[in-house]
Amino acid sequence: MLIMVDSKYSNIVLGYNDELIWKHLKHLCLQTVTSEQIEHLHRRFKQLSGDQPTIRKEHFDNIPDLEFNPIRSKIVHAFFDKRNLRQESDGLADEINFEDFLTIMSYFRPIEMNMNEEQLDHFRKEKLKFLFHMYDSDHDGKITLQEYRNVVEELLSGNPHLEKESARSIADGAMMEAASICVGQMEPDQVYEGITFEDFLKMWQGIDIETKMHVRFLNMETIAQCH
Amino acid sequence: MPESCLQIAVGVLVGAIIFGTDHKSPPVMNTNIYFLYLLPPIVLKEGYFMPTRPFFENIGSILWWSVLGALLNAFGIGLSLYAICQIEAFGLTDVDLLQNLLFGSMISAVDPVAALAVFEEASVNEQLYMMIFGESLLNDGITVVLYNIFIAFSQMHRYEEIEPVDVLAGFARFFVVGLGGVLFGIVFGFVSAFMTRFTQNISSIEPLLVFMFSYLSYLSAETLYISGILAMTACAVTMKKYVEENVSQNSYTTIKYFMKMLSSVSETLIFVFMGVSTVGKNHEWNWAFVSFTLLFCLVWRAISVFALFYISNKFRTYPFTVKDQLIISYSGFRGASSFSLAFLLHASLFPRKKMFITATLVVIYFTVFIQGITIGPLVKYLDVKKTNKKESINEEVHMRLMDHLKVGTEDICGHWGHYQLRDKFKKFDNKYLKKILIRKNEPKSSIVSLYKKLEIRQAIEMAESGMISSAGSTASFQSNRNRRVHRPSPEEVESMRDMLAHNLYQVRQRAPSYNRYTLATETSEKQAKEILIRHQNSLQQSLRKGHSLPWGRPVPASTKHLHYFSLPHGSSHPVRRKTRSDIFTGDYGSDSDHVVSAMFSSQRRLRSLESKQQHKEIIPMAQLNRRAEPSDFTAQTGSSSKLDRSATIRRPALMPKPQFGTAVMRGYESDEEEKAAAAASRQSVKRATEKRDVHFHKAQRRK
Repeated sequence: MLIMVDSKYSNIVLGYNDELIWKHLKHLCLQTVTSEQIEHLHRRFKQLSGDQPTIRKEHFDNIPDLEFNPIRSKIVHAFFDKRNLRQESDGLADEINFEDFLTIMSYFRPIEMNMNEEQLDHFRKEKLKFLFHMYDSDHDGKITLQEYRNVVEELLSGNPHLEKESARSIADGAMMEAASICVGQMEPDQVYEGITFEDFLKMWQGIDIETKMHVRFLNMETIAQCH
Repeated sequence: MPESCLQIAVGVLVGAIIFGTDHKSPPVMNTNIYFLYLLPPIVLKEGYFMPTRPFFENIGSILWWSVLGALLNAFGIGLSLYAICQIEAFGLTDVDLLQNLLFGSMISAVDPVAALAVFEEASVNEQLYMMIFGESLLNDGITVVLYNIFIAFSQMHRYEEIEPVDVLAGFARFFVVGLGGVLFGIVFGFVSAFMTRFTQNISSIEPLLVFMFSYLSYLSAETLYISGILAMTACAVTMKKYVEENVSQNSYTTIKYFMKMLSSVSETLIFVFMGVSTVGKNHEWNWAFVSFTLLFCLVWRAISVFALFYISNKFRTYPFTVKDQLIISYSGFRGASSFSLAFLLHASLFPRKKMFITATLVVIYFTVFIQGITIGPLVKYLDVKKTNKKESINEEVHMRLMDHLKVGTEDICGHWGHYQLRDKFKKFDNKYLKKILIRKNEPKSSIVSLYKKLEIRQAIEMAESGMISSAGSTASFQSNRNRRVHRPSPEEVESMRDMLAHNLYQVRQRAPSYNRYTLATETSEKQAKEILIRHQNSLQQSLRKGHSLPWGRPVPASTKHLHYFSLPHGSSHPVRRKTRSDIFTGDYGSDSDHVVSAMFSSQRRLRSLESKQQHKEIIPMAQLNRRAEPSDFTAQTGSSSKLDRSATIRRPALMPKPQFGTAVMRGYESDEEEKAAAAASRQSVKRATEKRDVHFHKAQRRK
């Protein structure tokens, strides 16, 4: 994998020497994030963290627009989820540094046209894993009915007119659908415990998630909105 | 074979007849008729049925391609033809630059309706479809604007008088006309949406409002010399979202069908007229002009596609592949607009008008027949990327999650991206616009709507499978279901009976009152079942069919009469509570005759509609051997299930709607019914939940 490093980057990241940069970047597979974008994100990181080297969950409270997002807590959790940060352990990190921030951001980059099949597949799996972790809040590798219900409730929480039971029944319906896709026709005695990652992959088989899950990095000035 | 081919063929036939008998083609089309009566319905229909979300997601590329493509084509073709005309040998030197440019703008009016039909059938990917769709939408407006500008220029008698100032003025006019039209249309759209908010009690004028306001926007824009086409399109797009929420069920159906009908009529008339003029003395054949026109049309389209897309691909996250671009360049069908514009030239200003007409006709025939027929196989051969629209709750939930996730991430990154814009617009819309423009604003989540829709579909399927399998069902099957289903207690049955007695009053008014104890149940019961089965079959088919790319797919006629099951006010909550259980046990009450009579009476009312399927049902069916004789049911539960099912069937009537993101649930006739239906759906949702809870609890217990 080719890694493009600009000398600019070394200037930006304070307190790191060149060797460390290489090591970190290797882990991050940052071949499609340009140095401009890194710079941009770094600026944003500093803004969010208040010029400190790490961000905590509280720092995300400063973003006004994020308040209105129904799945706000899930998104914030996703940033701190150790599984997303490619660390072997489980659970939530307390704080993340810029490397971790970039790692999370790298899940959202668009695909390159010159990727081969294997890379595309890997890419797709990465993104789907990110989504899977958002659903699977107790980190047991399965999306259970309760977790799914939780997600749907959160999604619909922005709408005051809907009752909780609609959310529940929707989640139930979705689980049944998932069960029918993953397991096929179930015997009346069979039990469907939860959606595993393989099942999750199966559900998304026809749909191009790679094209849908990306954030376009426009080259605009960071909007100073953190206060 | 695209429809336009047939229409033209019919036209040619008619023309041949007229020519054979009369020796002159009847002058049925002039400027007024075309621009005032024939063009607006077509434009309105295109604008109204536009799928908004994909359109606005791709709007940058669409605008870039349509506007610049039209301009590039017009000027390219015009200038190349001018170059050709300069060659003495062809005898075309009297066609000056202005005329050539005008001809170029006329001939670049693309009409890719046939291409769209092919794409829809082949389920090509969304982006490709939207590009062509967007082009067809905007191209008319742009071409007409250009055409008018050039006509205005050519009316300045000596074109040496045209100074650079005038040319600049022409450019400015282009923008003013275009943007002004759009703004105008938006204003009209809002006004008409606002008016529909108050039309609860006079729902019959709602279609009128929609059509009149669109047409009004077109006319007033034209009087002010701004683009009426763009105004009407903008009006339709703006209006649609709010009008659909406000307007009654029947009005909605009326609007939809009437719009399609009008536009088909217009198109057919234009194509027929085109065929008629083919056979006639309106021609002047000039080999050079005609052949070079055709050549330049194809060449310039290819050039514009590849050049423009090369540039716009740099800004797109997902660029168009060469295959896509090839398809787009091949789908440059010309149609009614170019012909009409050619036909309406003033012979005095354009001495070579006949030659223009001939050339236009040749290009149209070539593109429609040859390209039209071959584009289908070409799409298949090139194996263009297909779209994958499965409708499932999971997908909807995931998509929603991803939308929010993307917005959230953008917030965190501090970027202003597309999703932000869309999100902000949605918030603004919900906060202000919807409150002003929509009658009873209960924002419906698309997840919930989709869920309800799928639930209904599932209910129908289960009912059907329950019905069919119960014919050969064993006792164990019944007992299985009995185990899982909650049987109604006697008090509940009592209350249901009361409710029913109260609510079936209206139905009974139209039919003699039957008593299940006195009437022989055989024939009518079987007929009723047969009718219901057929209803459900057709509904299921429509539900199944209508979801690959549901643009403009018609609602099957059978669902029409289900609207007339007007549930009386404050209707039957406990009745609906029985939805699930009754459907599963396949109960059919002998109070079916009540419902049968209701059905027949409604069908009497509908005689005016006279749809084919109605006839099928009115004629008594062959006796089917229905063995779904339930051993344990009550009259009430039976009829309740039927009524209920028909009530729930009522809702899918509008499923195949051309909407992507927001599948808004329709089907509420009045406020009371809306409340009842909402309550009912809550009830049915409750039942579903309980049932599923049972299922999952069992699962968990097993653990």
